[in-house]
Amino acid sequence: MKVFGHKPTLSAWFGLVVMALFIFIAVFTPWLAPYGESQNVGGTWDEPSMAMLLGADQIGRDMLTRIMYGARMTIGVALAITLLSFLIGIVEGFVSAVVGGWVDVFFTRYVDVMLSIPGLIFALIILGVFGSSIPVLILTIAVLDSNRVFRLARALGMNLTVMEYVEAARLRGEGLWWIIRREILPNAWAPLVSEFGLRFCFNFLFIAGLSFLGLGIQPPYADLGGMVRENAAAINFGMMAPIYPATAIALLTVSVNLVVDWMLSIDARPSGAQAEL
Amino acid sequence: MSEQANNQLILEIKGLRLESIAGATIVDNVDVRVNKGEVLGLIGESGAGKSTIGLSSMSYARAGVHIAGGEIILGGTNIRALNADGRRDMRGKRIAYIAQSATAAFNPAHTLMDQVCEAPLIHKIMNRTEAEAWARQLFKALDLPDPENFGARYPHQASGGQLQRAMAAMAMSCRPDVLILDEPTTALDVTTQIEVLILLKSLIHQYHTAAIYITHDLAVVAQVADRIKVLRHGKEVEEGLTGQILHNAKQDYTARLVAVRGAAASERAAQGTVKDSTVLSIKDCQAYYGTFHVVKGVSLDVKLGETVAVVGESGSGKSTLARIITGLLPPRSGEIVFQGKALPRSLKERSKELKQRIQLVYQIPDVAINPRQSLMEIIGRPVQFYFGVGRKEMEERARELMNLVELPVEFLSRRPGQLSGGQKQRVCIARALAARPDMIILDEPTSALDPLVAEEILTLLRKLQKELNLSYILITHDLDVVHRIAHRTAVMLQGKFVAFDATDKIFDNPEHPYTQKLITAVPEMRVDWLDEVLEKRKQAKEANTAAA
Repeated sequence: MKVFGHKPTLSAWFGLVVMALFIFIAVFTPWLAPYGESQNVGGTWDEPSMAMLLGADQIGRDMLTRIMYGARMTIGVALAITLLSFLIGIVEGFVSAVVGGWVDVFFTRYVDVMLSIPGLIFALIILGVFGSSIPVLILTIAVLDSNRVFRLARALGMNLTVMEYVEAARLRGEGLWWIIRREILPNAWAPLVSEFGLRFCFNFLFIAGLSFLGLGIQPPYADLGGMVRENAAAINFGMMAPIYPATAIALLTVSVNLVVDWMLSIDARPSGAQAEL
Repeated sequence: MSEQANNQLILEIKGLRLESIAGATIVDNVDVRVNKGEVLGLIGESGAGKSTIGLSSMSYARAGVHIAGGEIILGGTNIRALNADGRRDMRGKRIAYIAQSATAAFNPAHTLMDQVCEAPLIHKIMNRTEAEAWARQLFKALDLPDPENFGARYPHQASGGQLQRAMAAMAMSCRPDVLILDEPTTALDVTTQIEVLILLKSLIHQYHTAAIYITHDLAVVAQVADRIKVLRHGKEVEEGLTGQILHNAKQDYTARLVAVRGAAASERAAQGTVKDSTVLSIKDCQAYYGTFHVVKGVSLDVKLGETVAVVGESGSGKSTLARIITGLLPPRSGEIVFQGKALPRSLKERSKELKQRIQLVYQIPDVAINPRQSLMEIIGRPVQFYFGVGRKEMEERARELMNLVELPVEFLSRRPGQLSGGQKQRVCIARALAARPDMIILDEPTSALDPLVAEEILTLLRKLQKELNLSYILITHDLDVVHRIAHRTAVMLQGKFVAFDATDKIFDNPEHPYTQKLITAVPEMRVDWLDEVLEKRKQAKEANTAAA
């Protein structure tokens, strides 16, 4: 079986299946979840049973239900952040590379300034001042993350603007937008898509981290990072509760990375001693 | 040439077969035999498998390719059967490789001496002092400047021709039995090529090394090879002694390769007529890159339906001239008049109509068209952009243009990756024609193409000029191309024209010494051409000393 016209490796299959499962759960959570998102159905950290397959959380909500809602929220928010940051970063980066001159200087210096402030601290300040609502969270992290996307997009754009087909378009008199959209972007898709997968993981972990600090997604909404924090104390009593959401985080991160690795390896060819035999 | 060959077989390849990872056959059942002190020329167009065969004689295959069958016997041992350590021990020591682009093959972070001495030290056949002494001896034999201290230089401190010779020194550093020379002079200017060719030839003969000389230029290989093997699509076309291939080829394909050069005069007679109205004139143009003075006062005029060639070596400023005319590099002073009106210097100031009237065709078609666009978009876009026509009209015009450049109309849905080099160059020409220009600047339009394909492109260009009354400015280093399509020729040296006259006059009666040097450095399709040049030089030298 082929995916995107290529045959996935075994590890890529694992990643693809797990990712598909997560996406399926995220989309259909309200119909799949056994209980309501903040419905109390048991006691604090109840042991797993037939009624609650993964037991209950610190205030007696079904752990499995919470993980499903948590995945839905975290994946949704991380996806929105990544899409927005790529939109900002790609436009800035390509404009910078194609126009050059003071536009390039302006964007690169702006990004240098932004990157010189530690991301987590910056996010903490913004979220502390404006309060942690989901739109503020998405906007803050997207703007922060767009700086890294900018670096990649500018580097890719720099390599492509010197190509003669771009020069030919300039000679024809084409405008900036056409050059970016029709000449540069189609040739930059492959590395950008791989980077998208990686940045998605980082954003996903970043939200989980912020939630762990109490500044991410606020209760009563479930999210995976917040769940680890809420249930952390259970470890002291030798109970599994925080392990379940932590495993979900690890599983999603690893599977996205496996898929990205496979996508990157499609373009790379064997070389040297490998190719000889 | 073959009197030194002592008929002792050193390298034998039997039934060589290479396949790509996708399973396509790249080289099919090729046999190679090279005796000690003998030079075998491998010739063919790109994709013929010449480099692949060259590398596989070291039992090496490039990424994506593997040796699927055959025996490679070097001095009695089948090196295909060796393990990785055995192969490493043999490479560089018994068989060495000289790559096409020395500039890309040297590591910029190490001195030339370090890189030349690397192989004998790794193979433990010399100590550092011996290796350096031998390297200096080679530098001297290869006529490198200041051979005692040349090794202390880094690659960026040497010119392209010097690096190519340093690479030859590197290959000779372990005194190998067999040398593989993969297009060693292709990336060089014609005047540098002849120098490198002379030195490589004497080096091979001095040390009785067997060599495989890979090239697409039959005239070059005729000067060095004892035998020539012609390849096409990974299969052998024919093999024979050099003289026999040149004068008495058995196969039609070989005969066509030989005939590519030398038909020039009759072709030019078939050219369209030049009308006496000036399309473009440049007066005393000066251009700089930063503070570097590239074009130093050039004046040029082009008439309607005329081809003016600008010839020169790399760095002479000929491509800069193209950038000035297209507006990419505004000249610092001077005047450009196009169709009777002054042409604004920079691209920004030029109107859409002016941009449309002057079009450019690039040297390397692979990077001149966007690999992610279909031919319909590549060719259709200028039609839409300049003439604002609807989808249907655009498609109609694109089909018309495909017919004009003799490509099948079905190709319009293809992408550049599905085309050959020659077809891509046709697409570039179609894109230029889509703008209905009055003038096309051709920047080395055939130098990235195989000789037979280049020939077809030149024929096409001539046909289009006749039909559409186009004016061409042809920028090239290849005098053969100039000879066949240019009405007038300008010879450029260090940013200035040293000659500008009718092509016949330039070729038949070159006045400036540089023009003479350029013309005499083009290899001719004769076996003894290089020896004659050497003889002439010797006589001139003797005459000089006698006069002194």
